[in-house]
Amino acid sequence: MAELAVAERQEIPCQVSVPWNVVFSVSWSSLRRRFFRSLITMLGVILAIAFLTYMMVQDSVVDALLEARIEALNLLLQKSGVDVLAVQGTDTMMILLISLALLTCLVGIVNAMFMSVSERIKEIGTLKCLGAEDSFIVKTYFVESSLQGVLGTTLGILIGLVVSVALCVGSYGGYVFQYFPYGAVLRAIAIALAIGSIISVLASIGPAYWASKKQPVDAMRVEE
Amino acid sequence: MSDGIIIRAEGITKRYVMGAETVHALRGISLDIRRGQYVSIMGPSGSGKSTFFNIIGGLDKPSDGEVAMDGCRYSALSSSQMAWVRCHKIGYIFQSFNLIPTMTALENVAIARIFAGRAPADARKDAAESLGQVGLGNRLTHLPSELSGGQQQRVAIARAIVNKPAIILADEPTGNLDLHTGEEIIALLGHMKDAMRITVITATHDMKMLSASDVVVWIADGAVKRMANRDEVKIEIGSIDGHVT
Repeated sequence: MAELAVAERQEIPCQVSVPWNVVFSVSWSSLRRRFFRSLITMLGVILAIAFLTYMMVQDSVVDALLEARIEALNLLLQKSGVDVLAVQGTDTMMILLISLALLTCLVGIVNAMFMSVSERIKEIGTLKCLGAEDSFIVKTYFVESSLQGVLGTTLGILIGLVVSVALCVGSYGGYVFQYFPYGAVLRAIAIALAIGSIISVLASIGPAYWASKKQPVDAMRVEE
Repeated sequence: MSDGIIIRAEGITKRYVMGAETVHALRGISLDIRRGQYVSIMGPSGSGKSTFFNIIGGLDKPSDGEVAMDGCRYSALSSSQMAWVRCHKIGYIFQSFNLIPTMTALENVAIARIFAGRAPADARKDAAESLGQVGLGNRLTHLPSELSGGQQQRVAIARAIVNKPAIILADEPTGNLDLHTGEEIIALLGHMKDAMRITVITATHDMKMLSASDVVVWIADGAVKRMANRDEVKIEIGSIDGHVT
């Protein structure tokens, strides 16, 4: 009997794995055609990263303006609440706020992705009936969630950058462009991009794995 | 081999443990299904019909007993081999169509072909051909939400046949359709059975299915209550209600 089982095993080939470009296009079309649903998921990332970018850019600009040591500018800085004499650097309160925002964002994405998996249990079951392996499901959810994260991060950076520059110009006028700290702002953008992407990728691991464990028999349940 | 047995179920039981209580959904079903037949499994809800159907479709595992397709037992297969069997050997059709809502009709069919290892461009070509076979050659770029129920079920049939399976498993395929559309779908399944020599297995409440079936199996209380060939069914068609409700 055991020998028979081995013989049977060898007759049936293993399922071939689906190439990454197909995974990518499936995830992309899912994102695109569920645009508003995806946008709501992304909103958490967008807001958190916008906040982070805003804080960092604001900080860099103020530092650059302080460096300039111009009397009139120092007056403007003092007027908008900057302690001109204090040692430079971001204070602990800000770091705490940013960390909280990022944590909320992480929990938000995890929650949104779990929701999105439960909404699509039947879809996952159907794909498995068609011959999808666990790895295909993991990949599509992972790619979808990461794409959402990267798109959300990019939007968040843009919004944060625009808002902080606009507010700085409002307070300090043309000095902002005269002493604009390009290097520091680029660094801030890079940090925000890295943090946003890492958070989104981390947040997608759990839901993607959970999705892949759904059974094909789940496709049979009629519940709508 | 054409008249051989394609599915053999032996002593299938299924138990669910719910707290302190054990529910016996199936109490030992043995059944042979021959290649090229149209088999309807009938039974009231709660009879174990769906459970049995899912087990012979390789979607659920029995507590005891064996299912073999073409002599190959499901229990001997790895999960990747089982995925291969689902992909190449079985076409599934569902009561609620189960099309992927974010994919067009063409993409819904093509994805099944991609799982079978075809390159995306070839998969699309095969999918278009398959959709043509079910009469939807002019609806390729429509999303499921833009199609009627009958059209969605046709897409599902195109998806089920695109990999040229040995078996089509249809779970209440007419359950969400009106009378006329339901008849069309049954006729289409019958046509696919003859044209492609596919074995069709349906789980159904639908009396319309009976006239298309070669064999009807009645399941009640987790056991086969009766099995009948087409001729016997036709003679008794007036008295069938007693068995089903």
